[in-house]
Amino acid sequence: MSIDQWLGLITGVFFGLLLQKGRVLRFEKQVGALLLKDMTIVKFMFSAILVGMVGITLLTDAGIITASHKSMNLGAVLLGGALFGVGWAVMGFCPGTSIGALGEGRWHALFAIAGMVAGAALYAELYPFFQATVMTWKEFGKIGLPEALGVSPWLIIPLFWAAAISLFFWFEKKKL
Amino acid sequence: MIWTKEDGGWNPYLAGALLGILAILSVYATTLWLGKSSYLGASTTFVRAAGLLEQTISPEHVAANAYFTKTKVRIDWQFMLVTGIFLGALLSSLTDRSFKFESVPPIWQERFGPSIWKRGAGAFLGGIIAMVGARLASGCPSGHGLSGVMQLSVSSLVAVAMFFIFGIIVAALVYGRRLS
Repeated sequence: MSIDQWLGLITGVFFGLLLQKGRVLRFEKQVGALLLKDMTIVKFMFSAILVGMVGITLLTDAGIITASHKSMNLGAVLLGGALFGVGWAVMGFCPGTSIGALGEGRWHALFAIAGMVAGAALYAELYPFFQATVMTWKEFGKIGLPEALGVSPWLIIPLFWAAAISLFFWFEKKKL
Repeated sequence: MIWTKEDGGWNPYLAGALLGILAILSVYATTLWLGKSSYLGASTTFVRAAGLLEQTISPEHVAANAYFTKTKVRIDWQFMLVTGIFLGALLSSLTDRSFKFESVPPIWQERFGPSIWKRGAGAFLGGIIAMVGARLASGCPSGHGLSGVMQLSVSSLVAVAMFFIFGIIVAALVYGRRLS
């Protein structure tokens, strides 16, 4: 194996370990969040975001790493995001957690994984169609919120932290 | 604050914060050793897996497909990352005894009964729809939800809002009635 494959594998093992220890791989946790009854995955996800956001922004500001925004193509993000939400609720896994759920013995994740591989193959065939239709609507490019608003990320990050921490307190109060 | 739960799981805030650190280290390590900043993600790997499978039947078809050409069908960093998720979850669940064979999850069973095939059909169809959506939006809860939101990407903030809005509506329609 090459160095990029080794690095991916080692990082992935820790990623899988943390997903499993956080107990966010399970169907019950994924669907529980969407039914607004168990916010474990939201707590986990936003804790990762809060910590990651500070480090990533510091390293980007220092010129050590480069940012990698995904393109803000309005039609693609709105329709794609909606379709993902629909499929996610029925499947009860997302792409990364389906693989992890298989690792902890939830073997029905295999059906979800097979469906997602089929979905990827289908998308490859539909790609020219989407390019000619949904994607022609409006393209804003690869932008971050700070540059879109013309402010420093360090103005947005504290607000994001405050909103997420308030949400956490509310979850704990409601025992979600 | 309690650090662990009765079943040996970790506090989700703690496990999440550690994942945040892993995400930072991972971007730093890929920049340092691979020469390109790579962010955690998962859904592109499903495109590569589909391409690798199709190549065994018709390599010409894969070579001629614009999306496969754009994505580059090979076992790359992210493919191994996703493989690692499987191994990490396996190791973690075997060592803390939370590994459990499950064919039909309880919430599903309560609504649709114990049939493995019904669950399989639902998961398969849901998987197709979710992956078409993830590729159209250019990311899933890893690529958009974690990596994109960490960078405050406009597309990721919009995508995550859409994931949850439609996920919440459909979950209420699909599982809601008999649970409440």
